[in-house]
Amino acid sequence: MRILVLVKEVPDSYGERRLNLTTGRADREASEKVLDEITGRAVEAAVSFAESGGEAEVQLLTMGPASAEAMLRKTLAMGADGAYHVVDDRLAAADMTLTSEVLAAAARHIGFDLLIAGDASSDGAAGIVPAMVAERLGVPHLTSLDELQIAESGVTGRRATYGGTFALSAPLPAVVSVTERMPDPRFPGFKGIMSAKKKPLETLTLDDLGVDPQADVPRSIMLSVSETPPRTGGEKITDEGDAGRQLADYLAQERLV
Amino acid sequence: MAELSENPVVALLPVLPNGELVGSAAGLLGAAARVGTPVGVVVAPEETAGSAAEAAGELGAARVFAAGTPLVQQQLSAPAVEALAAAVDSVGAEAVLLPHDVDGRDIAGRLSVRLGAAVAADAVDLSRDEEGLVVHHSVYGSAFLTESAATHGTLIITVRDGAIDHRAAPVSAQVETLPLESSSVPAAQITEFAGLVEESTRPDLRAAKIVVSGGRGLGSKEGFGLAEQLADALGAALGASRAAVDAGYAPYSYQVGQTGVSVSPDLYIALGISGAVQHQAGMQTAKTIVAVNKDPEAPIFDIADFGIVGDAFDVVPQLIETLKERSAGA
Ligand SMILES: Cc1cc2nc3c(=O)[nH]c(=O)nc-3n(C[C@H](O)[C@H](O)[C@H](O)COP(=O)(O)OP(=O)(O)OC[C@H]3O[C@@H](n4cnc5c(N)ncnc54)[C@H](O)[C@@H]3O)c2cc1C
Ligand SMILES: Nc1ncnc2c1ncn2[C@@H]1O[C@H](COP(=O)(O)O)[C@@H](O)[C@H]1O
Repeated sequence: MRILVLVKEVPDSYGERRLNLTTGRADREASEKVLDEITGRAVEAAVSFAESGGEAEVQLLTMGPASAEAMLRKTLAMGADGAYHVVDDRLAAADMTLTSEVLAAAARHIGFDLLIAGDASSDGAAGIVPAMVAERLGVPHLTSLDELQIAESGVTGRRATYGGTFALSAPLPAVVSVTERMPDPRFPGFKGIMSAKKKPLETLTLDDLGVDPQADVPRSIMLSVSETPPRTGGEKITDEGDAGRQLADYLAQERLV
Repeated sequence: MAELSENPVVALLPVLPNGELVGSAAGLLGAAARVGTPVGVVVAPEETAGSAAEAAGELGAARVFAAGTPLVQQQLSAPAVEALAAAVDSVGAEAVLLPHDVDGRDIAGRLSVRLGAAVAADAVDLSRDEEGLVVHHSVYGSAFLTESAATHGTLIITVRDGAIDHRAAPVSAQVETLPLESSSVPAAQITEFAGLVEESTRPDLRAAKIVVSGGRGLGSKEGFGLAEQLADALGAALGASRAAVDAGYAPYSYQVGQTGVSVSPDLYIALGISGAVQHQAGMQTAKTIVAVNKDPEAPIFDIADFGIVGDAFDVVPQLIETLKERSAGA
């Protein structure tokens, strides 16, 4: 079985994250770039299945700027077998339509039985790309899973829905996405880091994939971007035994209770 | 009744297991009414589709497509994708609105590819300019505001719960049944539905006017009861930080923040929460923020309108007591 994990490089959410006010895109200089935390869990799910005796080859797939290669090398140390990096200047302002087209084309090009993604990326927070990729590939999606079981015959999992949870199942091939409820990603050991250096990492361009970013299809475009003034603190008191009453006064005065 | 040909905007209104519309339905129809004529779509088991469609009218859907089908309990997303595609085809929608939640996002993704339409995520408002619909987004925990639009065609939009206050005027809906016997969308099978064990009587976190959240500072599951008591005293919804959820004080569905729920209530009260950026990302659009924390340096104070440096176990019981006295005295 070949598992492709959709990994993504994002600005570190612990640091300051900025949008460039001219282009409306992530300001790459402003923040450290890291592997999106939830896609790390997706890698963990794939690698631990491969280790558990499941006959699986794990490949990473990302679409991102040249800098994402460092992230791929680092992530390979978690135990994946290889990585694919779709990199092309024409992808700089890619919307979800183009992103999903590229990822689906790459998945077809590489070949897959199972695609594992994160449920929502911490920079886009859209959480829509996995279902779009599934629709393009004509396979079922099982998204936002808090639990995932992989078997040769198919995948099962559990996810939240209105008023409860669903248990889901589908045969392979399929697309799944996982939430931060899944087990933490491992810290790669020295051996993992050393072997990652020699693992195959293939670069793909839009021409390799036959995707035309200029195709006349509806796209989502950014019209404007502005910075909101940062929120500032107001009154701050230290409890001297009557802070509860003072808070009650404040809430009454602001007509909040 | 509003002129139906005027900018029809289709809204998917998910139905809860008990037959009620989801809490976000009013906001979705309100958003649709801001820029066009709201057209509701409900997809539910046969028993509940009809009453859900009526309820959609009360929330302002001039026209409602109701698909009553057992498929919703069998196939993930597929029945809603089919129903929406049929509704869009029938009314020629300018936009399709869905809730920005787990189910809404999947359906939006599939539908956009199926229709070859552009998609915009997590809208906090909609407006219109000379060239058409404009979608407003709040990015990186509302540090930035952006506007987006589709180059052309129907635009699929997921809308952040609770972000849109506008409400459509109630109408008596013109209901059309949508036959839905099978679906060609490849779908995962739903093998089981487990309802929430304790149906909370508290308001829905995403739509609540007041939210009380507890953090790791409450120390234990029992300690988290302090946040519950205050929530009940204020008629508020209950939220939690990720550290509180990870420690097992509260279920994941309570998590507020970057990877949890985004809330914009009139009042947000944070008890024993440090205010990490990822937590702030989900609550800093609250109109008023109150924080109680022992540590005067906690980052939550940087954004709190009223901050108390103190022990929540001293402050909160006194607050609850005072509120009770006053309401008894009033
Ligand atoms: C990718 C990513 C996504 C994340 N997403 C989220 C998210 O969605 N939501 C979220 O909340 N976090 C999220 N986090 C985690 C976040 O970084 C913090 O770890 C978390 O918010 C801390 O929770 P806390 O404030 O309850 O705990 P702590 O940071 O441990 O703070 C506890 C606070 O309680 C105070 N305290 C202790 N005792 C008392 C007392 N008796 N009375 C009053 N105050 C007291 C302490 O002074 C302290 O400030 C995310 C992190 C990452 C990396
Ligand atoms: N550029 C990308 N490269 C690889 N995977 C991606 C990319 N964008 C999105 N994904 C995958 O889709 C998931 C959800 O992303 P999003 O819909 O952008 O929130 C992520 O967690 C990734 O697994």
